[in-house]
Amino acid sequence: MKYTSVFDIIGPVMIGPSSSHTAGAARIGRVARDLFGRQPKWAKIHLYGSFAETYKGHGTDVAIIGGLLDYDTFDERIKTAFADAEKADLTFKFIPETAHTEHPNTARLVIGDDDAEMSMVGISIGGGSIEITELNGFPLRLSGGMPAILVVHDDRAGCIAAVANCLAGHNINIGHMEVSRKERGNMALMVIEVDQNIDTSILDEMSTLPNITKVTRIKN
Amino acid sequence: MEVLFHNVRELVALAEHENKLISEIMIEQEMLITERTREEIMKQMTRNLTVMEEAVERGLKGVHSVTGLTGGDAVLLQKYIATGKSLAGDLLLDAVSKAVATNEVNAAMGTICATPTAGSAGVVPGTLFAVKNKLKPTKEQMIRYLFTSGAFGFVVANNASISGAAGGCQAEVGSAAAMAAAAIVEMAGGTPQQSADAFSISLKNMLGLVCDPVAGLVEVPCVKRNAMGAANAIVAADMALAGVTSRIPTDEVIDAMYRIGRTMPSALRETGQGGLAATPTGRALEAKIFGGAVLQSE
Repeated sequence: MKYTSVFDIIGPVMIGPSSSHTAGAARIGRVARDLFGRQPKWAKIHLYGSFAETYKGHGTDVAIIGGLLDYDTFDERIKTAFADAEKADLTFKFIPETAHTEHPNTARLVIGDDDAEMSMVGISIGGGSIEITELNGFPLRLSGGMPAILVVHDDRAGCIAAVANCLAGHNINIGHMEVSRKERGNMALMVIEVDQNIDTSILDEMSTLPNITKVTRIKN
Repeated sequence: MEVLFHNVRELVALAEHENKLISEIMIEQEMLITERTREEIMKQMTRNLTVMEEAVERGLKGVHSVTGLTGGDAVLLQKYIATGKSLAGDLLLDAVSKAVATNEVNAAMGTICATPTAGSAGVVPGTLFAVKNKLKPTKEQMIRYLFTSGAFGFVVANNASISGAAGGCQAEVGSAAAMAAAAIVEMAGGTPQQSADAFSISLKNMLGLVCDPVAGLVEVPCVKRNAMGAANAIVAADMALAGVTSRIPTDEVIDAMYRIGRTMPSALRETGQGGLAATPTGRALEAKIFGGAVLQSE
């Protein structure tokens, strides 16, 4: 089911004018920041479909930047996000694209700083709910509505078991899990949705496991 | 995932079999899925109700969007109601004015609660705060109104769509009106089946409604579509309470809405390229607001 909670329907509380183009956009920006692990220094934001056609009028642009600044859907500061970004040393560029995407409200965020770069595709499916469909070239499906851990690892035997063991050791239940890879024996990505927010110490423990490249999380 | 209902047929059957309100089934499902307590869930919905009430109050004082395309109509409507000359009736027009108030606040980038979306956020609270004056509900009944709306919206969102970009305005204001119609029936003491009938009657009259916002803004015609969505909801609720039933079952109406959305051209799904957006005046307003070209932010 795409929508699991009554508050996906009666909610979110948000700054207008559009749940998909403003609130959903803010959530996409915020998940990108979460996955990056800190505020990026620069952002290139490619918009597709209805996002590309109407982003100005809906405040999609200020909302995505607001999300990158960690603002929630109801944060009044979304309105001043552009000025706030300048103060926070975040430069950005919006690029409306004409290419056809599967979902009409699609955004590709390429963000980074001096140390790292990340590419993420998010779609706004309606009513403020979103899905992340791609991370650094890996296809995935993530709602952002539940806490999740994302693990980039070498495509080797035992990796998944080691991560699952680590979670079991901390009595953390896995709600949903997906593994994807670009090609066999290369890099792979585990997406694990869990029932509760995960402590940083567990992420640190996980990153010391063999063949694990990077561990990030999405809080709820 | 284990849910109590996947469609309206199951929802109504469960409510009838267990002799419970639809709002109660929705609360129980929320407790089951999120593993939160009833108190936590009621508290969150109370907050949403408060946001809705504040938005209505703010809109009734008069707000205007940055573009100037919308604003002030809620005030005009309230003044007109006060003259006692309303032809449609005070309750109906009160609902219309409060739906408009909410969407005027939304267009002005104010704080609202999406029900089910921001563009359609006026219908559920607009009808609630108007019907309230006649039915004199308790605070809990007002909160239950939102759970009943949510139960029907939950089915639409999962089995069809609540996105204008995916399914047109029928998916947004259409869904909102039908959700509100079902909730009015429960508040007025109707049966779960009568809620489902009100939902169907309402949505059937919203089928095919396109999403064609001028300049891509959630203003024209969105605010007035919420006005008519509120009116539609109240009339549909009255029809169901009078004993009028829907010949087409609710789940089939929802499916029809979904299929119509799938065949709707992209120009009529929130791209600002067809319908009213493409009229000479729509285009002229767009050029005036954005200077004729889409600007690139740097």
